[in-house]
Amino acid sequence: MKEEAFMNFSLTKEQEMVRKLLKEFSEKVVKPLAAEIDATERFPRETVEKMARFDMMGIPFPKKYGGAGGDNLTYAIAVEELSKVCGTTGVILSAHTSLGAQPIYQYGTEEQKMKYLVPLAKGEKVGAFGLTEPNAGTDSSAQQTVAVLDGDNYILNGSKVFITNGGEADIYIVFAMTDKSKGNKGISAFIVEKDFIGFSIGKKEEKLGIRGSSTTELIFENCIVPKENLLGQENKGFGIAMQTLDGGRIGIAAQALGIAEGALDEAVKYMKERKQFGMPLSSFQGLQWMIADMATRVEAARFLVYNAADKKDKKLTFSTEAAMAKLFAAETAMDVTTKAVQIFGGYGYTRDYPVERMMRDAKITEIYEGTSQVQKMVIAAKVLK
Amino acid sequence: MKIIVCIKQVPDTNEVKLDPKTGTLIRDGVPSIINHDDMNALEGALELKDRYKDVEITLLTMGPPQADVALREALAMGADRAILVSDRAFAGADTWATSNTLTAAIKKIGSFDMIFCGRQAIDGDTAQVGPQVAEKLDLPQVTYVQKIEVTGDKVTVQRALEDGYEVIEVKMPCVLTTIKELNTPRYASVKGIFEAYREKTVENWTAKDIEIDPEIIGLNGSPTNVRKTFTPEPKGKGTMLPGCDKDTVCDLFGRLKEKYII
Repeated sequence: MKEEAFMNFSLTKEQEMVRKLLKEFSEKVVKPLAAEIDATERFPRETVEKMARFDMMGIPFPKKYGGAGGDNLTYAIAVEELSKVCGTTGVILSAHTSLGAQPIYQYGTEEQKMKYLVPLAKGEKVGAFGLTEPNAGTDSSAQQTVAVLDGDNYILNGSKVFITNGGEADIYIVFAMTDKSKGNKGISAFIVEKDFIGFSIGKKEEKLGIRGSSTTELIFENCIVPKENLLGQENKGFGIAMQTLDGGRIGIAAQALGIAEGALDEAVKYMKERKQFGMPLSSFQGLQWMIADMATRVEAARFLVYNAADKKDKKLTFSTEAAMAKLFAAETAMDVTTKAVQIFGGYGYTRDYPVERMMRDAKITEIYEGTSQVQKMVIAAKVLK
Repeated sequence: MKIIVCIKQVPDTNEVKLDPKTGTLIRDGVPSIINHDDMNALEGALELKDRYKDVEITLLTMGPPQADVALREALAMGADRAILVSDRAFAGADTWATSNTLTAAIKKIGSFDMIFCGRQAIDGDTAQVGPQVAEKLDLPQVTYVQKIEVTGDKVTVQRALEDGYEVIEVKMPCVLTTIKELNTPRYASVKGIFEAYREKTVENWTAKDIEIDPEIIGLNGSPTNVRKTFTPEPKGKGTMLPGCDKDTVCDLFGRLKEKYII
């Protein structure tokens, strides 16, 4: 193995400083809203505006495209810190950056980058990604949305479901069949603005967790998309979708890691404070062992997530590492939040404490941007190659 | 307008514990921060930079190499240039030797219109360095500044007093020491942090670079002699005299007389 393939396990000083900033921001701005936006299913627009002010909406993109000029590991740390206190805010940033902005950065023309990436990276606009359809979930090649070239425009018809940031985003990366006869080799990607004629937002989902994030249907009825909004080449959209999701998994893995860490922090605090039989919970070995398992899994998840982000930054292949990170971090989030609720006992099951919200938020990380089973398919395909 | 902001990296006193045996600060593992009042000084300069064109902010600190982080953080907030004056010869400096060093560094920087210092550092609480720098540079100074207005080459400031404030007009160049009432320091942005590390530099100056007499710096140049550091003994519990009758009052007066309080 080449030397650069090994991860440097210490963060740079700038990454540490960004973490410190994000930690303070999360405590002061994000945490106070977390319970409320969960209870009322409200998109925290004011938080997004503040994130924009601190250049958090385009961390890995170069400054010339409106970004912070940072890297993917720093971006992952940002999602992690936000998710420690609020899984909703973590996924808003992750879907915006990894799914909305990244494909334009990676596949867009210079004109598309100037027109769309700059406002996204500056946080003036919010991004989203529309791939999933009612009959095209894990089997995303089974797209039914179609795009037909008509003069200078493509005409889109069909619908998308479960779109994160749906209705709140200004710019959508949308996938549609341009040649049905070619299956996944006939899919193309488009940049769709929220005000394009024929584009509307359908049903908003009521969800178990990440309830402050908006998850909606996207509806295209003779939606007119200018030809110059084709992203990448015609019929090359499936590759764009898959590569985008590879990177997106780092964001979701970081979100899962953050949720797990948040729950661990809450559990540790509670175990030191709460007394039963005249002693703090932290003095009971049965619970100590639970905390030890939780902390160990969190530590392992962190290394997997940072490793995947670091590989992406070093322009090494990271697809398998991202799948492993997402699989392990998501399962860690579910495991650690469930144990945290257990440690809190009856109180943990109530909304007086944040751990039940964290447990609800954790579940989605095993499902979206590729279920845990899909991650295993990706990993096994590589290992058994 | 050129502003020099003097900052100091200090241990975060919220995290500091005292060694019960020696009474000294346990600094191991304690995070370092930019001194609070110095953050207000920096924010004061940054607000002027937001408001006026051509404001250049130079950060100056004397400290160990680790103080680089404090300067980077201040650069990330928006300062333009940073100078770290660092040399083993500066070790053990009291306020007098420190202000000698800063004064020499400021002379090397050359042109400036204002020098901002925080009122005092949370680890020493002397409030001496800013005023000493002003005296050694023979500049007008205003301490405890809680508001700053600039008009031409004049600065109008509010100087906080215990029971109000006074308004003072001072001509540039001048030295101002700032207090927390002046403003709320901003956060650095993510982009600012990357710029601080990737695009801006921290200049390292040694004793030789600032051409200073070795006799007036560090321990040699420090007239202060710390004989002992200790934690004050906690006062004993007070005595309650229950009752509101004549005897109790007489008892109280007797005790106060005994202690020569009345």
